[in-house]
Amino acid sequence: MTTTKEISLGDIAARGASHEDAVQGEKMILNMGPSHPATHGVLRLKLEVDGDVVTKCDPVIGYLHRGDEKIAENMTYNQFVPYTDRLDYLAPLANNVAYAIAVEKLAKLEIPARCQAIRVLVCELSRISSHLLGLGVYGMDTGALTVFMYTFTEREKLYSLFEELTGARFTTSYTRIGGVTRDIPDGWLPKVEKFCDGFLKVLDEVDSLLTRNRIFIDRTQGLAPISKEKALAYGITGANLRASGVPNDLRKDNPYSGYEQYDFDIPVGTVGDCYDRYLIRMEEMRQSVRIVRQVIARMPSGAYYAEDAKKIFLPPKDKVLTRMEELIQNFMLVTEGPRLPAGEVYFEAENPKGALGFFIHSTGGGVPYRLRIKGPSFVSLSIIPDICRGTMVQDIPTILGSLDFVLGECDR
Amino acid sequence: MSQLTQADLLAKFPFLTARASLDYVAVNTPADKLVELARTLRDELGFDVLTDLAGMDWDKAAPRFSVVYHFYGSTSKQFLRVNCAAPDDTAPSVPSLTGLYPSADWHEREAYDLMGIRFEGHPDLRRILMWDSYPFHPLRKEFPLAGIDTPVPSADLIEATGIHAAPAPMAGGPFVSSCGTTLASGEPRALDQSWNESKPKA
Repeated sequence: MTTTKEISLGDIAARGASHEDAVQGEKMILNMGPSHPATHGVLRLKLEVDGDVVTKCDPVIGYLHRGDEKIAENMTYNQFVPYTDRLDYLAPLANNVAYAIAVEKLAKLEIPARCQAIRVLVCELSRISSHLLGLGVYGMDTGALTVFMYTFTEREKLYSLFEELTGARFTTSYTRIGGVTRDIPDGWLPKVEKFCDGFLKVLDEVDSLLTRNRIFIDRTQGLAPISKEKALAYGITGANLRASGVPNDLRKDNPYSGYEQYDFDIPVGTVGDCYDRYLIRMEEMRQSVRIVRQVIARMPSGAYYAEDAKKIFLPPKDKVLTRMEELIQNFMLVTEGPRLPAGEVYFEAENPKGALGFFIHSTGGGVPYRLRIKGPSFVSLSIIPDICRGTMVQDIPTILGSLDFVLGECDR
Repeated sequence: MSQLTQADLLAKFPFLTARASLDYVAVNTPADKLVELARTLRDELGFDVLTDLAGMDWDKAAPRFSVVYHFYGSTSKQFLRVNCAAPDDTAPSVPSLTGLYPSADWHEREAYDLMGIRFEGHPDLRRILMWDSYPFHPLRKEFPLAGIDTPVPSADLIEATGIHAAPAPMAGGPFVSSCGTTLASGEPRALDQSWNESKPKA
């Protein structure tokens, strides 16, 4: 005869704590990564497990450390733009914009309306592209493989649009300090509109695949909740913070690049669990489409770079070869870099993964004395030891997927 | 919500000095008052987020090291910059803010790792980006851009598995410039930093 016994699982964190007090079995160290399909990049986790329960989790990062901050101190402001592509390499355009605005703050440049609108447009498109990838692999982590096919098809369309605009699919390096490299090509905006129409339909389909999917809900709801207070204390930003119920969004709170002109809502979660983080990203993509449509509807005309920025980025090549002044200008910029004032600025932009910050200490001249990069993924990962305690080993990929981080930005 | 000004802060805390800034309110604080300042900032003035922490190496200036904190008020939506100089140049150290802001944990580990600034009271001050046995602090100004040859073992793995690990070859790789020479010749794309290299540092 079989007997059944009902066990109350209770609070997940308490479960982990009780496991720590009363050793129920032999604890084992489980190494996960750095080359592991579920850790989303070269993240290594040292898990201490008791059976299936994770009693301790120690993330080991730095496998992708390139020393970007050191590199920045050794090159001019203009030369550093391509390095920003490689921070959050799933949304290079947003990084380009964040870096450019930080340096423009130092140089006190007024950016023309058209350039600002283009930047908002590419930022929102890259937010969609980043969330699409995050969503696709999140679905895979929880066993919903189909979602990945849908999201990657859409992402592919976006990358073709990026290619047409910037000349590159992945590492775009689209912004310059004071502007962008080139104007929008003819007939590009209608293509973006067309993408938006099709994209919303696909998003609805993804919605129907996941949002009410019993398996997906069971695997994500109530898992690894982050309270409002904890999220703020750990400095979590972006969608992960908003999932915890904090309506903070730098696009609204400290608007930059003309975000204050556009009408959009900030989705906010209630419990901050893995399911909430998924819902927030879904809604953010819809809001991004709203912004994109508004930008296209009222795209201003005018220059795509600031008039004052001519002293910062390279003059047109044909003028360099035919005119004295531009030749000298080109020579000075290549050898010494732009002449920027001394001082300190800090700028944070609301990137797809959270608030990407640049702190620049300049002593004047073309090279930053110190350029500090605050990556939101670094911060998102720092909460992992806290929220993974007491969860199951099989929940770890789900938690990692829900936090949506990228190691290029974490390790810098 | 009303915005905090630099004058308010200087009046409230007599030990603070004004700091030049192009954007947000910025102040300098002595290291022994940092925790007291941060506690008031968090509990009374609403700066409940420590958003960033940057170790700074001022090279020839004294004191040589400092830490620049960026606080953010989640309701006031205001940023605040606080610079805290580390008193000792050879063993720089400032108090840890991990007790007040859990976000300081990893940021302080990073500043210790890359800049060599110790944080007194940090519960677990290990390296975070570089490996545990790495001997240098690469963001210091005297550290050459091309790097210094070091053995690259993951000490913990080698001990556990007994695998022989050899350092990765520095020279000859597709994007690796050789060490042991000046940066300007070893890394032609870098700015000439020969004045900054092979300088003995105490």
